Amino acid sequence: MDTSISFKLKVWRQANAHAEGRFETYEMRDIPTDTSFLEMMDILNEQLIEKGEEPVTFDHDCREGICGMCSLYVNGHPHGPATGATTCQLYMRRFKDGDTITVEPWRSAAFPVIKDLMVNRNAFDQIQQAGGYVSFQTGGAQDANAIPISKDAADEAMDSATCIGCGACVAACKNGSAMLFLSAKVSQFALLPQGRAEAKRRVKAMLAKMDELGFGNCTNTGACAAECPKNIKLSNIARLNREFLCAKCSD
Amino acid sequence: MSCRPASRVQTSIKGLFAIGECNFSDHGANRLGASALMQGLADGYFVLPYTIQNYLSDQITVPHFSTDTPEFDAAEKKVQANLDHLMSIHGKRSVDSIHKELGNVMWDYVGMARTKESLETALKKLKELRKEFETNLFIPGTQEGMNVELDKAFRLRDFITMGELIAYDALNRHESCGGHFREEHQTEEGEAKRDDENFFYVACWKYNGDDETAPTLIKEPLHYEAIKVQTRNYKS
Repeated sequence: MDTSISFKLKVWRQANAHAEGRFETYEMRDIPTDTSFLEMMDILNEQLIEKGEEPVTFDHDCREGICGMCSLYVNGHPHGPATGATTCQLYMRRFKDGDTITVEPWRSAAFPVIKDLMVNRNAFDQIQQAGGYVSFQTGGAQDANAIPISKDAADEAMDSATCIGCGACVAACKNGSAMLFLSAKVSQFALLPQGRAEAKRRVKAMLAKMDELGFGNCTNTGACAAECPKNIKLSNIARLNREFLCAKCSD
Repeated sequence: MSCRPASRVQTSIKGLFAIGECNFSDHGANRLGASALMQGLADGYFVLPYTIQNYLSDQITVPHFSTDTPEFDAAEKKVQANLDHLMSIHGKRSVDSIHKELGNVMWDYVGMARTKESLETALKKLKELRKEFETNLFIPGTQEGMNVELDKAFRLRDFITMGELIAYDALNRHESCGGHFREEHQTEEGEAKRDDENFFYVACWKYNGDDETAPTLIKEPLHYEAIKVQTRNYKS
């Protein structure tokens, strides 16, 4: 196996939301295969600055797969070819010498480009603010068995709570739908007693906000779940639909 | 600025709360990683809802602040001058390359084990690094719109000052204490040797105008009422 590779990098450059974008090609030479994808982008930027050019703007923060900031669309996949991993957890050993690697921003009407590969995901914050919380004090801890919660429900709630809100589901979806994100956020509360009190109001408010912000609808393609770095399951969307139907029926 | 639990974690600056990782009300001075995260979570879920609301509930009577004041104008002018300065250096070095050099200086000379010599070397190198930053930095692009390099440069200047502050404080503290291990001050068995007679205080450093001149020390003495201060001992 090569310890370093050389490749072509096709990167989307766009000055701002209103400017016309274009692909720029950069030759990357002798990049060690144990470099992470974002470190490789850092190397590119250092080289660009050295030449007096503007570096490529991209989002990143924790670089350990938990913050949900990194958001590159690599070779047609959100977070690149690895499954169950974010862009920051992607390493150059996934690529071969002589490859052409294409890097794009998340593309969705609800995520306008700020610059280059950085998009504005404020729409997710707005959906969360519409109902993704419990608004009352639950008081002190109950006796251990006062409110029984099944192991299955606890596990499912925990699994859906692992959504990091990165937006890969929206980027992967041909409709630009945020249903997987929304369903994870609704499910983590719907499965637990402290979430039930506000369940109806929550699901209606969050769905209304999603529609208002220009996200598309779900056609059960499943691309979102296939690309999700946290493996959020498609069954959450079924739960979301059921929650919504029940809430609407009881209006 | 000071903060006591009795003040509902509000600092001596009204409306500024010391909460999350910087709060140390629950388990002593905060350590890295999990305990700091725990404090962030615990404060967010349980402490903040009971502390900040009293402050916020009064705010309804406070009118919106006007930006039409001489203080605002002065602050805006200062920030703009800073921006103009950073953009006009037109040097050779990227923000990241200077940041990495800062990291190396801190790692090599202000690590967990430090000496008088290493700290003096660090202070000298940090002064040179600040000069490099001020005279040889290159920020591509413009001030308008998103400019990540300009954003990073603003932070890096603070990091250099912060690094210097750590070195000043470590140089002043002629004892070993907690995560501060001065190699000159250790027991025969290589354990940290405290000097409670001379250093039983929290050090606050006051900057006088600019970052170039050394800050002055203000001592906040420690008072323990319930416990007797002892040396930590893992052996017996």
